Amino acid sequence: MLHGEELDRVGIDGWLEGYQRKELLRILTCGSVDDGKSTLIGRLLHDSAGVFEDQLKALKKDTTRFGTTGEEIDFALLMDGLQAEREQGITIDVAYRYFSTPRRKFIVADTPGHEQYTRNMATGASTSDLAIILIDARKGVLAQTRRHAFICSLLGIKHVVIAVNKMDLVEYSQDVFEAIRRECSEFLGRLSIPDVHFIPMSARRGENVVGRSETMPWYQGAPLLDYLETVHIAGDRNTIDLRLPVQLVLRPNLDFRGFAGTIASGLLRKGDEIVALPSGRRALVKQVFVSGAEREEAGPGMAVTITLDREIDISRGDLIARPNNAPMLEHAVEAMVVWMNEAALAPGRQYLIQQCALQAPVAVTDLRYKIDVNTLKSENAEQLGLNEIGRIRMECAKPIGADPYVRNRQTGAFILIDRMTNATVGAGMILDRTPAEQSLDRERRSHDAGTNLSPHAGSVTPEQRAARVGQRPFTLWLTGLPRSGKSSLAHALERTLFERGLQSVVLDGESLRKGLSSDLGFSVRDRAEHVRRASELARLLNDHGQVVIAAFVSPTAEQRESARAVVGPERFLELHCNASLEACEKRDTTGFYARARSGEIANVTGVDTAYEPPTSPALALDTVGASIDANVARILALLESRLLIG
Amino acid sequence: MTTLHLSHLEQLEAEGIQIIREVVAQFEKPVMLFSIGKDSLAMLRLAEKAFAPGKLPFPLLHVNTTFKFKEMISFRNDFVKSRGHTLIEWINQEGVQSGITPFNAGTQRYTHVMKTEALKQALSHYGFDAAFGGARRDEEKSRAKERVFSFRDRFHTWDPKNQRPELWNLYNGRVAKGESIRVFPLSNWTELDVWLYVYKEQIPVVPLYFAKPRPVVNRNGTWIMVDDERMPLEPGETPEMRSVRFRTLGCYPLTGAVDSQATNLREVLEEMLRSRTSERQGRVIDYDEAGSMEQKKKEGYF
Repeated sequence: MLHGEELDRVGIDGWLEGYQRKELLRILTCGSVDDGKSTLIGRLLHDSAGVFEDQLKALKKDTTRFGTTGEEIDFALLMDGLQAEREQGITIDVAYRYFSTPRRKFIVADTPGHEQYTRNMATGASTSDLAIILIDARKGVLAQTRRHAFICSLLGIKHVVIAVNKMDLVEYSQDVFEAIRRECSEFLGRLSIPDVHFIPMSARRGENVVGRSETMPWYQGAPLLDYLETVHIAGDRNTIDLRLPVQLVLRPNLDFRGFAGTIASGLLRKGDEIVALPSGRRALVKQVFVSGAEREEAGPGMAVTITLDREIDISRGDLIARPNNAPMLEHAVEAMVVWMNEAALAPGRQYLIQQCALQAPVAVTDLRYKIDVNTLKSENAEQLGLNEIGRIRMECAKPIGADPYVRNRQTGAFILIDRMTNATVGAGMILDRTPAEQSLDRERRSHDAGTNLSPHAGSVTPEQRAARVGQRPFTLWLTGLPRSGKSSLAHALERTLFERGLQSVVLDGESLRKGLSSDLGFSVRDRAEHVRRASELARLLNDHGQVVIAAFVSPTAEQRESARAVVGPERFLELHCNASLEACEKRDTTGFYARARSGEIANVTGVDTAYEPPTSPALALDTVGASIDANVARILALLESRLLIG
Repeated sequence: MTTLHLSHLEQLEAEGIQIIREVVAQFEKPVMLFSIGKDSLAMLRLAEKAFAPGKLPFPLLHVNTTFKFKEMISFRNDFVKSRGHTLIEWINQEGVQSGITPFNAGTQRYTHVMKTEALKQALSHYGFDAAFGGARRDEEKSRAKERVFSFRDRFHTWDPKNQRPELWNLYNGRVAKGESIRVFPLSNWTELDVWLYVYKEQIPVVPLYFAKPRPVVNRNGTWIMVDDERMPLEPGETPEMRSVRFRTLGCYPLTGAVDSQATNLREVLEEMLRSRTSERQGRVIDYDEAGSMEQKKKEGYF
């Protein structure tokens, strides 16, 4: 028994000290019932002494009742938990097992290999550092092997061991092993798993599991347990980007106001300047408590409470970051989703999102494609069923301070909750959506329309242009009834930004209609085209580092949504110039409304065409009661809070 | 410079704190089950840390079967008082009036009435919508798949087939009226982790965990302590004084002691490291029938 041997060597005090320094490694095991996965884990537990004598006794009894190994102890039975499942002979959920060696403690998430249980595998993978994918040497690479590797990659597992098991049944053939290795490497190359290891083994005989195998002298690498004990995982932590999602505000007394949460990534020190999102307020860190004790600094994974040097508004669901390194606040998010419910996901449906401590309503606006997990090909889909994986776009009622999952496994992850049943129905990973990728999307769309465009290699990127100009480009989209004050506000804002050293361009309906849109009238179709041209222009200007202030009636939510999609949701802010029709008519000195009322002109928004006010604008501005200066000030505050201007 | 790398124990601690805070944020009326054992004490320490320098934002609940060791009750009273926590004690009065004991009713029926039923009564009486328990996944097979947030319907029952997927550290605590959850902040701890934590944090524990000469009788190969006069002795049975300790604590007639000379935590740990049996062996409750824990959990047991 390992603990006993170690104890003899170092004594109890040495042991206690060593134990407190042990690292934790979370492992996912994937494979089907027949690959010998449960046997492998049972073997790891047994050979590293994670199995006690009384459990072993119970196991021997179970072996004769349920076992499939005859006289030998069926280690698989250690793993299958619930009684009903034991009788069925399969594991149908995620089960967690624990064992430790002198160096590390291991948590093993065991998940089944059945096709319909993608859900369980994703669950186990979400918290794992490393995955062991089992392959039966006799069967080689199967569709499920690809599926497992894909899910591991999707869920951000950085270390994968391909355990080629049952080598005893292929006469320990190196050729068999090498053929499997070659086949795996081919498809693993298309996934993003940085560290892959191949180990030939026989779990049933314990070869290359804990001890070396005598039977495969051609294998020079370490046995599985050695690898698990030494694989370097400390580098997987993100210590760069400070992200502290606020779980709770602690107010035990009037003098103490602490913000409690677990650091998702980055470092936090006393005296650091932080910014709270979405408010954008800044403060200095006064105290840092780690697990209740005051410290100088804290790092990823620590449960902290911090206090600040001044009172700023922070509540549960907010995110603490650094002023020069904060995520974009997004209403619209692109993500990969693993669907976990019988009721399918379809565009248009609404759910609740839970991301860090934030819970808010979201609407899925688009199902871009689903992925066939066996071939890894994407295909069009109307909906996403149980255990299917697809890419969606969704819009959230509150802005989400999110990082791409590939950069942050905490702030980039979310679950979707059914609002009626409260069930957890989906798990999502936020995608990195750079402006370049958006252009690619558009090119794909243009491609469908018959134009073939491809980006020129080595061309200057929008990021480089923005850096040259020295400002963050964005588009403020002002929508509202005719004469609601959009253009006046747009020009006043341009002047203010100009004085702050920012370059911006005002696009408004009237000036565009004199040139770019001079061929267009006011039919529904022409209006949509007008808005499309305006959005394309805004995109181009943004791509070239310019700030755009766009003032367009853009009466329908659909038009504004398409503008948001063209410009790119992360740099598009919708502002509603809110003025009643009555006020607009009163303010109109050109006789525009009067002519509409008399029927002289048609298709006038508010008169004979409906205006759909935005349901969740970034700002709703009172353009009747409030002064232009006051509205400009509100817009500036918004831009500062989004860190778009300094 | 403090170390910014977390050991496994520190990671488990941080995970537990995050879970406890999440429950307080998402639920209206949580309660923490306090069984006086080492797991409860470790869990309570996590809760204290989660809300430091403030007090716990929830009470502790002890379901007293009336057959707990005397030393447990006195420890409980002193401990709770010294830490300034609020404790609710619940005894199933119907059970007491019916005169049920582990001796006359059999362990299954007794546990059901005085533990499971009592717990459900207490949760319903106070309207608690979340209850923390110190159970760990490594304790028993059916616990290995238990969620951290374990969903219970309005009858407090558990449906192993209908639990929510739990990914990352995102816990969906939304419940309909009358429904509740059981929460296990120590899910990923092992028995050894708990002891190491008690050692590292110098958490006081009930002295029954340490060896001392105690009056015991041998029943079915297990040492049962004669803690008071309610324990009926079999013909010819006389309690003998043996140096024993307990690996788990519960109702004295149902909890077996082990021979031991370990009188402090360091010695207990050494003894445990060299031992080859799991802690639940001392518990009579699991051995009634195969899958018995699973059955009890379905009925509302923790």
